[in-house]
Amino acid sequence: MRQVAIYGKGGIGKSTTTQNLTAGLGEMGKKIMIVGCDPKADSTRLVLGGLAQKTVLDTLREEGEDIELDTVVKVGYAGIKGVESGGPEPGVGCAGRGIITSIGLLERLGAYEEDLDYVFYDVLGDVVCGGFAMPIREGKAQEIYIVCSGEMMALYAANNISKGISKYANTGGVRLGGLICNSRKVDGEAELVSAVAEEIGTQMIHFVPRDNAVQKAEINKKTVIDFSPDEPQADEYRALARKIDGNDMFVIPKPMPIDRLEAILMEHGILD
Amino acid sequence: MTAREKLLEKYSAKVYKNRKDHILQLEESDEARNIAANTRAIPGVMTARGCCYAGCKGVVVGPLKDVCVITHGPVGCGFYSWGTRRNKARTDERADKNFVPYCLSTDMQEPDIVFGGEKKLEKAIDEAMAIFDPKCVMICSTCPIGLIGDDVQAVARRVEEKYGIRAIGYSCEGYKGVSQSGGHHIANNGLMRYVIGTGDEPPKTKFSVNVLGEYNIGGDGWEEARILKRCGIEVLNLFTGDASYESLKSAHLAHLNLVMCHRSINYIAEMMKTKYGIDWLKVNFIGVGATCESLREIAGYFGDAGLTARVEEVIADEIGAISEEMAYYRSRLTGKTAGIFSGGSRSHHYQALLADLGMKTVIAGYEFAHRDDYEGRDVIPLIKEDADNKNIESITVSPDERFFRRAYSDEEIEGLREGGVEIDAYGGMLPEMAAGDVVVDDYNHFETDELIRTMKPDIFLSGIKDRYSIQKAGVSSRQIHSYDYSGPYAGFNGAANFGRDVTMALYSNAWGLVTPPWRHAPMLVGSVAEGGGK
Repeated sequence: MRQVAIYGKGGIGKSTTTQNLTAGLGEMGKKIMIVGCDPKADSTRLVLGGLAQKTVLDTLREEGEDIELDTVVKVGYAGIKGVESGGPEPGVGCAGRGIITSIGLLERLGAYEEDLDYVFYDVLGDVVCGGFAMPIREGKAQEIYIVCSGEMMALYAANNISKGISKYANTGGVRLGGLICNSRKVDGEAELVSAVAEEIGTQMIHFVPRDNAVQKAEINKKTVIDFSPDEPQADEYRALARKIDGNDMFVIPKPMPIDRLEAILMEHGILD
Repeated sequence: MTAREKLLEKYSAKVYKNRKDHILQLEESDEARNIAANTRAIPGVMTARGCCYAGCKGVVVGPLKDVCVITHGPVGCGFYSWGTRRNKARTDERADKNFVPYCLSTDMQEPDIVFGGEKKLEKAIDEAMAIFDPKCVMICSTCPIGLIGDDVQAVARRVEEKYGIRAIGYSCEGYKGVSQSGGHHIANNGLMRYVIGTGDEPPKTKFSVNVLGEYNIGGDGWEEARILKRCGIEVLNLFTGDASYESLKSAHLAHLNLVMCHRSINYIAEMMKTKYGIDWLKVNFIGVGATCESLREIAGYFGDAGLTARVEEVIADEIGAISEEMAYYRSRLTGKTAGIFSGGSRSHHYQALLADLGMKTVIAGYEFAHRDDYEGRDVIPLIKEDADNKNIESITVSPDERFFRRAYSDEEIEGLREGGVEIDAYGGMLPEMAAGDVVVDDYNHFETDELIRTMKPDIFLSGIKDRYSIQKAGVSSRQIHSYDYSGPYAGFNGAANFGRDVTMALYSNAWGLVTPPWRHAPMLVGSVAEGGGK
């Protein structure tokens, strides 16, 4: 079983990319579970056809520790299982602690013991506290992909997340598998993201072009492969799925100092 | 090599650099009696300090008998601060309920941490209201409350509206500041903002006082109140031992504030001076001589011939009643030496009582005092602000339109000071100590052990954390925070109690009389393996 965590700047398209890519893996016959680690609980909407299930933390709060796995795990497109950690409403409590609690509970309930090829953790925005680093601690995800674009802030975030990963990579087994470029149609985007990836010591594993097919599928609460399997964009996600399935480049990232990052951005003309 | 040098010798360069300024061995001259205080303890050092929550809940607001003090947090903080401080209280005409024996906690569980604890806190207050029906509720926050950002002040406002009572939220999370001292300050601010000045019950006499910083440990405050009453001085509030929310409300109508524990309550003394014009006197009711001096100073402040005469009568009578007992204890104790490690004022106060018994204090230190407690209030303008003390809110008050009144003009106060009535002043502990004495700030376990070895005091007065290691070193120990289930030690009767307990401790020093077997023979037997081992 491969455990994969997806990180990236807020709003970059982590959930969309994760679900479309897992749809591709599902189509290949892989058995997959997605664990949404975002209090908004919208990481499994496309594979489950809407906000379908109760979150782990809501269930825990209302029903206590004695939870049936079936109440929190739902099965959607291509047999993909979806589970949402959930969390407090914005401004109260501790969402980070919620993720730790939730993943711990899923483990105790045996959610990981079933015959799975992949577990994907879709993690909120930046690693803001220890709770959001939970999926990459010892014994959890071994590989991480960072979703980014050629925009400056997205690359800043990617570099920062690499710092977090290297901290855990040096003591545990977690490795960076690559950057996924979710295109924003910035000039020279592929070259820039490749250059940043190389500097960090990893690869741009795939360049996902920007395409309205994604938007259309999302409005219909579906992944592209599910909603419009013949669109070229569906093939892009299939390609991403194949590359991740066959990926053998796992590194401890080498985050760069800010001025080096800015120099690379300059080189590729973004700061003109 | 001096005791101080021996103590510091064992430290690594880094620890030495920090600790050298916290440890003094006094010289003949009065110069350079500066000490570092109120800074962070070194991680890993076994400091005796507590936390901000301990200072707020455990020390200042916990003793308020008619207040339901709710510890908002996981259950441990509430449980382990329950009934450990021996602040005695009994009901009276203003407070017909006494909640001091109870422990109220919100018992935060994991889902409460994740989803926030405000609702649980409100529910806890609903329960407290249903069971106890208090007029005032105080919420003390523990560490996780600060981390998850529960708004305890907003909860307090909602509760006030719902029940028409007073509710105060304290953000006294344990991690704040460097010791419990920050918690005292936070508690002082809350009492000043929401309690003092909200009542209008006038004093019955013209000689009314609040005894600030008296927590009634072992009944100390009751002994003080007994003596003051005999003299014709009306005690409005013991602050906060045996105090009530009801009576604190009218504390601002007192004629004079007396300050016992300078460290924990000087903020209120100062703010009441600014806001209500009430002068304060630093008093010490620990020790026969010190009690007499304090009573005479109070009489001097009021400048009333009748009061002065009554004070002298009471002093003569009280001393007469205990003189025989004290003479006996003095005969057993004269020439003995003592060390005192306490929190923030007792190390100073008890030197006077020990002197009454013919004993000399050779080691003294505080857990959480500031420089002014050692060097006197004159040093306050020189204390450098740092990130830690800026983190504790300091409130400013201005004269109250309705209640501000001065008893004396500035010239009159100057005149009183010249006559020995030291209004609004505290000279600190260091001037009381002699050359050769060792003073330690934020003392730790190692330093306690070492000083006992090098200075060889006959008795060491400290707390539960180190009492057994002291006893096992063959030195008598009395707990000066809790009085080992004894007390009171204040005032005249208290002095005799203390003389009795110290004599008992010194002359039944069981550990000192035992010679452990390992003094004579090795307890471990070993042999060297063939070939020299390894």
